[in-house]
Amino acid sequence: MVRITRAIDFSASLRYARAEFADEENAALFGSRARHHGHNYRLEVTLRGEPDPITGMVLNLKDLQQILDDEIMARFDHRDLNLDTPYFEKDPPSPENFARVIRRILIAALPDGLLDRIRLQQDADLWVDVVEPEP
Amino acid sequence: MIELTRRYGFPAAHILRQPSLSDAENLTTYGKCANPNGHGHNYGVEVTVSGPIDERTGRILSPDLLDRIFEERVESRFARRLLNDDEIFRDRVPTAENIALVIHAALADEVAKRSSAEVVRVKIVETRHNSCISGALS
Repeated sequence: MVRITRAIDFSASLRYARAEFADEENAALFGSRARHHGHNYRLEVTLRGEPDPITGMVLNLKDLQQILDDEIMARFDHRDLNLDTPYFEKDPPSPENFARVIRRILIAALPDGLLDRIRLQQDADLWVDVVEPEP
Repeated sequence: MIELTRRYGFPAAHILRQPSLSDAENLTTYGKCANPNGHGHNYGVEVTVSGPIDERTGRILSPDLLDRIFEERVESRFARRLLNDDEIFRDRVPTAENIALVIHAALADEVAKRSSAEVVRVKIVETRHNSCISGALS
C-alpha cells in the first residue's frame, strides 16, 4: 500500500459563535476568536491504496485536483465560513469542526476507501489531523 | 480519529556530555556536540493532543490553555537557559530524544489535570536536519 498527498491553499474569514448565544456570551466563551477574522488555510489530503497497474497512480492527480477544486476551493476559498456556507450555523468553525466538515465532504466525493487522512492547517503553528481507521 | 497539533519553540543551549565517560569518550560519542563550552538551538516543539471534542466550543483543547501550560511547564523552565543546568538533565544527557521524553512528560501531566485531552505525541525539531518524536504515530 502507498499513501499519496496533495495540498491546496485557500483563504477564508470566520468568527466563532454559537447561534443560541448573544454576542456578549460568544465573546466571553471564545474571546478574540468571536471577532471577525481570517486564515490562510492549507489542506493536505492523503489517499491510500495500490497504484493502478497501468497508470501507476492510486487516483489520477488531475481528478483529485478537480475534486478539491469543486468540493473545497469552490465552497470555501475567499468565502466567509459563517455567512457563505451552511456548515457553521450552529457550531463554531474551529479547526476541529472545519476538518470534520471537510472530511465528510471528501468521503462523499472520493471513491470508496481511498481517503487515509486530512491535515487542515490554520496557520504555521496550528493544525488538525483526521485519520481514517485501518481497513 | 482526530488530533490537534500546536507548534511552539524555544532557544536553549546544551552540552552533550555523559559524566560517566572520559573527555575522549565523550568527544568520540558526541563529536562537536560535546563542546564543553556549550552550543545552542532554536528548538521546535510540536505538541499533539487527542480527545473528545467539546461540542459547545468545538474544541479538543483550548489552544489558549495549551499555550499557558506550555509557557508554565516548558518555556519558563527551558527557554534561554543551559538545559544541563536543569535538575532533570543531571542524570540524563539532553539529547533530542531525552528532551522529547522530558517535555512530553511535563506537558502530559498538566494537560491531563486541566482538560479532557491527552498528549499523544511531542516532536522536537532540534535543527532542520534532525528531529525526534516521543509517543505514538497516527
